[in-house]
Amino acid sequence: MIAGKTIAVNEEGYLINFSQWDRTIGEELAKEASINLTPSHWNLINYIQGEYKKEIPLTIRRIGKSGVVDIKGLYQLFPMAPLKTATKIAGVPKPASCI
Amino acid sequence: MNENNGQNGHIKKMMIILSKAGLENVYAAFVLANGARMEGIDAEVFFTFFGLDVIHKKKLNHLHIATVGNPSMNMPTLIGGLPGMEALATRMMKKEMEKVDMPEVPEFIEILKASGVKLWACKLAMDMFHYEKKDMYDDIDGILTVGDFYKKSEGTGVHMLFI
Repeated sequence: MIAGKTIAVNEEGYLINFSQWDRTIGEELAKEASINLTPSHWNLINYIQGEYKKEIPLTIRRIGKSGVVDIKGLYQLFPMAPLKTATKIAGVPKPASCI
Repeated sequence: MNENNGQNGHIKKMMIILSKAGLENVYAAFVLANGARMEGIDAEVFFTFFGLDVIHKKKLNHLHIATVGNPSMNMPTLIGGLPGMEALATRMMKKEMEKVDMPEVPEFIEILKASGVKLWACKLAMDMFHYEKKDMYDDIDGILTVGDFYKKSEGTGVHMLFI
């Protein structure tokens, strides 16, 4: 149950089906990760979801070059495990890359 | 997830000692340091001996993969030692690395710094090679003795790795 809806998640808490995601679910997942979502967070979440829809794998390097946020900024937005946290809130799978 | 206090076997910080400047070693150290930060684990890299080349302004753009004494190259030592072989192997490796979105060394150092990885130069090796602070990459965090490095490694959940 997330934000009053029944949502399928895997053992690490990532949404299994992105189509079940909506903004309130993102907000709820952010709260669980102790993240207070600002417009900058949402910009990045939108970017991550866009890349996911285009099936482009996420790497820290690509985020740094995205123009959405630089790497320092990424760690400021999501201080602990930035890509893992951001993808979870965005409702997309955990990045599989080592970089 | 934020309760990573080093208890219960959690890794809190990785202290990575890089003593070689072959690309295969440098990338191992850098991927581990970056990967740690990506998992919410702190990371520091201590550059010593030939590892110092990696943060030496004039050398960091010219690092090579080792073709001699590297059993995984499947190359007889004599051939690996021919002029140009290291450059060729390096070029081939860089092409493959670009495909997996692996940054080149100077860019990778910038990524590590932006990610909060601390970069330390070994004082003894600096003295031995007659390097000065101004020869080194501007953004290193300092020059340390072994004692300083151990001091920074104190605490629960801190792991040390020698490459």
